[in-house]
Amino acid sequence: MRNVGIIMRRELVSYFATPLAYIFLLIFLILANLFTFYLGGFFERGQADLNPFFTYHPWLFLFLIPAVSMRLWAEERRSGSIELLMTLPVTLWQAVVGKFLAAWAFTVLALVLTFPLWITVNYLGSPDNGAILAAYIGSVLLAAGFLSIGSLASALTRNPVVAFILAIAGCFVFLVAGFPLVLDAFRGWAPQFLVDAVGSLGFLTHYEAISKGVIDIRDLVYFALLITWFLLATAVVLDVRKSE
Amino acid sequence: MIKTESLTKRYGALTAVSDVSFTVSPGEVLGFLGPNGAGKTTTMRMLAGFVGATSGRASICGHDVEDDSLAARACLGYLPEGAPAYGEMTVRDFLNFVADLRQLRANARTRVNAVIERLQLQSVLTQSIETLSKGFRRRVGLAQAIMHDPPVLILDEPTDGLDPNQKHEVRTLINEMAGAKTVIISTHILEEVDAVCTRAIIIAKGRIVADDTPQGLAARVPSGRLDDVFRSITA
Repeated sequence: MRNVGIIMRRELVSYFATPLAYIFLLIFLILANLFTFYLGGFFERGQADLNPFFTYHPWLFLFLIPAVSMRLWAEERRSGSIELLMTLPVTLWQAVVGKFLAAWAFTVLALVLTFPLWITVNYLGSPDNGAILAAYIGSVLLAAGFLSIGSLASALTRNPVVAFILAIAGCFVFLVAGFPLVLDAFRGWAPQFLVDAVGSLGFLTHYEAISKGVIDIRDLVYFALLITWFLLATAVVLDVRKSE
Repeated sequence: MIKTESLTKRYGALTAVSDVSFTVSPGEVLGFLGPNGAGKTTTMRMLAGFVGATSGRASICGHDVEDDSLAARACLGYLPEGAPAYGEMTVRDFLNFVADLRQLRANARTRVNAVIERLQLQSVLTQSIETLSKGFRRRVGLAQAIMHDPPVLILDEPTDGLDPNQKHEVRTLINEMAGAKTVIISTHILEEVDAVCTRAIIIAKGRIVADDTPQGLAARVPSGRLDDVFRSITA
């Protein structure tokens, strides 16, 4: 556990050593607010809640989260520092989890920085703060799910741009898995249980359930399993390809 | 103590390292020689646990590098080829990071200061590693390798790309550190073997073609020059 913490701290500090972190935070906050006020019609709705804000998170994350995760492993392999890291007395899973947690902590920071919206809505009316908290938890889990996919994408290549595009594609598939777009591809030939299984793999169903304020244990288990699976896949890929 | 038995690595049809067996004892400084692409780096990566062997085994201080990888790595100080590091970190942060992962805990500060002193890194401590000259970068790599005062050192081309003064410094350093340690350095610079090694293995096309003292090798050709031995064996 101690090694996970050391690796996480190093990674997190390194985000802020380059302008990337600040640019990311700035763009995230600008876009989150634009979506809320213009696309979401925050004022026009006349309701004191943050639904317009949370509705657009999956789409915002689709492009921004892969930008956070793309460097996780691709950069280590490109610069060769992976040889240093993997020959220090740390296990592969400590490194995979440490780096994932660093990326996750960073996105949580980005979400925390949206607090002025919460203050605004509390100033304008009296929203259900429990529901808002649940929606934030949903966003944090959604970010973690996207990051775990991004972690695998980053392990597959030494080129961060390729990792970025792979991650967007992977996240998109999981985001829309519950939509006809994906389900129709299965309906023609697959048995109903498979269609249902694919449908229930989608992020959106689970995210929307949580962001409506209902924290169901099944949704939490879904995210936990999905993240674990992708981190395991990251470790397997790295084990095979770290020295290539 | 480093021991390899029939160590072999294949990449598809290409055999990078073939049936390499040797033992290096404490106090020995083994020079690992060979043309580029002979399999030096692959062998060292297998010893460091970074590349898995196709067949055969290797152990460091009695710990198998695959079955008991963490214990083997804990005994080992390793300088990878090209001395990779995290470019955006400052020298001090990087060394502290390595000390933390080496579990030095209470000793961390003392050891970090000791390696800073030993490799004369005082003037660049707050600089980020990517802004350092090649010589300093190599010294940072060496500093991280000796951080935990390991009984075994494996240094992949420790003097590659350094100017003559820096080469001399690094060789002096290796000589000073050697003592009771087990050391392997790879190089294709033959003068280095005379300067620091007690024994040399020449490897070509993945196979060991000579294993002798530098004097013994030199005696193999009439001229008595290592260059000529190297060419006659590996050409």
